[in-house]
Amino acid sequence: MARAGASRRSFLGHNYNLVGVVASLVILAWTLIAIFAPTIIPHSIGDIVDDDYFGPMRQGLWLGSDYLGRDMLSRVLMGARYTVGISLAAVCIACFSGVMLGMFAAVTGGWLDSCLSRFLDAMNSIPSKLFGLVVVAAVGSSIPALILTLAVIYIPGAYRFARALAVNINTMDFITVARVRGESTAYLIGSEILPNIMRPVLADFGLRFVFIVLLLSGLSFLGLGLQPPLADWGALVRENIGGLPFAAPAVIIPSLAIASLTISVNLLIDNLPRKIRDRDA
Amino acid sequence: MTSGVLNLVLKRLGIAVVTLLIVLFAVFFATSMLPGDTASILLGQAATPEAVAGLRDAMHLNDPAILRFLRWLLGLLHGDLGTSYANDMPVAALIGGRFVNTLKLAGITTLLSVPLALTLGITAAMLRGSFYDRTVTILSIGIISVPEFMVATLAVLLFAVYLKWLPALSSVNEAHSLTDLVRIYAMPVITLTFVISAQMIRMTRAAVIETLSTPYVEMALLKGASRSRMVLKHALPNALGPIVNAVALSLSYLVGGVIIVETIFNYPGIAKLMVDAVATRDLPLIQSCAMIFCLGYLVLITTADIIAVISNPRLR
Repeated sequence: MARAGASRRSFLGHNYNLVGVVASLVILAWTLIAIFAPTIIPHSIGDIVDDDYFGPMRQGLWLGSDYLGRDMLSRVLMGARYTVGISLAAVCIACFSGVMLGMFAAVTGGWLDSCLSRFLDAMNSIPSKLFGLVVVAAVGSSIPALILTLAVIYIPGAYRFARALAVNINTMDFITVARVRGESTAYLIGSEILPNIMRPVLADFGLRFVFIVLLLSGLSFLGLGLQPPLADWGALVRENIGGLPFAAPAVIIPSLAIASLTISVNLLIDNLPRKIRDRDA
Repeated sequence: MTSGVLNLVLKRLGIAVVTLLIVLFAVFFATSMLPGDTASILLGQAATPEAVAGLRDAMHLNDPAILRFLRWLLGLLHGDLGTSYANDMPVAALIGGRFVNTLKLAGITTLLSVPLALTLGITAAMLRGSFYDRTVTILSIGIISVPEFMVATLAVLLFAVYLKWLPALSSVNEAHSLTDLVRIYAMPVITLTFVISAQMIRMTRAAVIETLSTPYVEMALLKGASRSRMVLKHALPNALGPIVNAVALSLSYLVGGVIIVETIFNYPGIAKLMVDAVATRDLPLIQSCAMIFCLGYLVLITTADIIAVISNPRLR
């Protein structure tokens, strides 16, 4: 596997390597599954289809059955919908707000910048899992509440990253020229700074997506994320944890699903063409 | 150490204290938003509205939040953590023993993971690009990319299910001998060590590689110094600051790790206490636990910050 990373191919003007291509295929597959899950699942996720619980893999029940004898394949496919969907929504909100605030603070400067930075840095020093635990307990774990909680937890990080990049751009001559021209703050942010920090921000978006998937799974595993009858991958591991002593597929498969998604995103970012990944390219 | 560094360090400490206040405030507010009225939960369904109102008064629940926050803060300064709602015991008494348990877990993990991670990180950086380096890198990326509970599940599968060396659950009360103790701590410590080391290896490797790419290391190479001399005599002393910084930062991942690990292994520590407190909506207990975690986390990242300042000669 390590050697495979060395073979490079040219595509669309960039050099992609094999690991990156495989990783993006895995991500694409999970995305498609998340979109089409309701039409491709073989059994309804609530139906008890096996007489036995923690059944092994066999024909018809390709991934075995869970602790109630429900079809594991259907539940994992539907779980993709929740894990990918909730995380994607949360990371979009987090990165959009964080990046906007970050660019705004960098362009405006002064006391507003200091106050915002100090406050968000403080929020950043609450361990994310602890933050999630407290907030989810406070506002409940409906899907919108979960999305907002996860987004709020990762706004400070996105802010810090975008602000650091924007501050660098902000000292450039073309910004000074634009200022002298009398352009508005909105124009400076949207047309001068954003295009110049877009690529590293996108890479950061991917990393933050991984963090959010991990946190969501962790919360669901603790029983504080998605509530039954809905189940994301973390919740699937939790409800089937009783199968651990017999190494039931019901507890292993959802874990593998999480790992395949997060490792793929990490590998994709690591193997992005240097041009896209590096902030000063 | 000159006054410049002292100033910078004092400034970092000041920032840490301000941050702690903001964090405490945030935790307090988040917990006071907990659903359901504490008074009516405590009194049960049969309570009369008068009784609920009376208890609300007695618990000062009708006061504005800022007043309750200040009262809580004042109590903290006196060492009074409040009284648990769920079983009417002082929070300090509930936390005491469990805090020691968590510290033991964290301490043992630190003792194991720091030497392990430093060795792997530094050697991987020295042999950059080799098969060994690639293996270490891929394994650490793999562990970072999966949730902690998955590392724990895999550890249980491997050591308790297939090899049958260790029990899957720990309970400190049953320890009678040294072997019992090892069997109890092994699983949580192994899981945490994996999680923490992976972070530390990556950061250490990056720090050493960065130092190895500096002009003076190239100079050492050109003058014919051996590879080990180049790394040990020239690069390592300069990479020490970033490495210690990486260690402190990685140890802050312990905070997230123990929450999952104590829950999955049923370890009687403070994180398990907090997860249970969230389930029973025991506000004073949640606040105190959250405060301890935030404090620990802040101490670690501030230490990392200060070390970064002190180890950078340009800032002196």
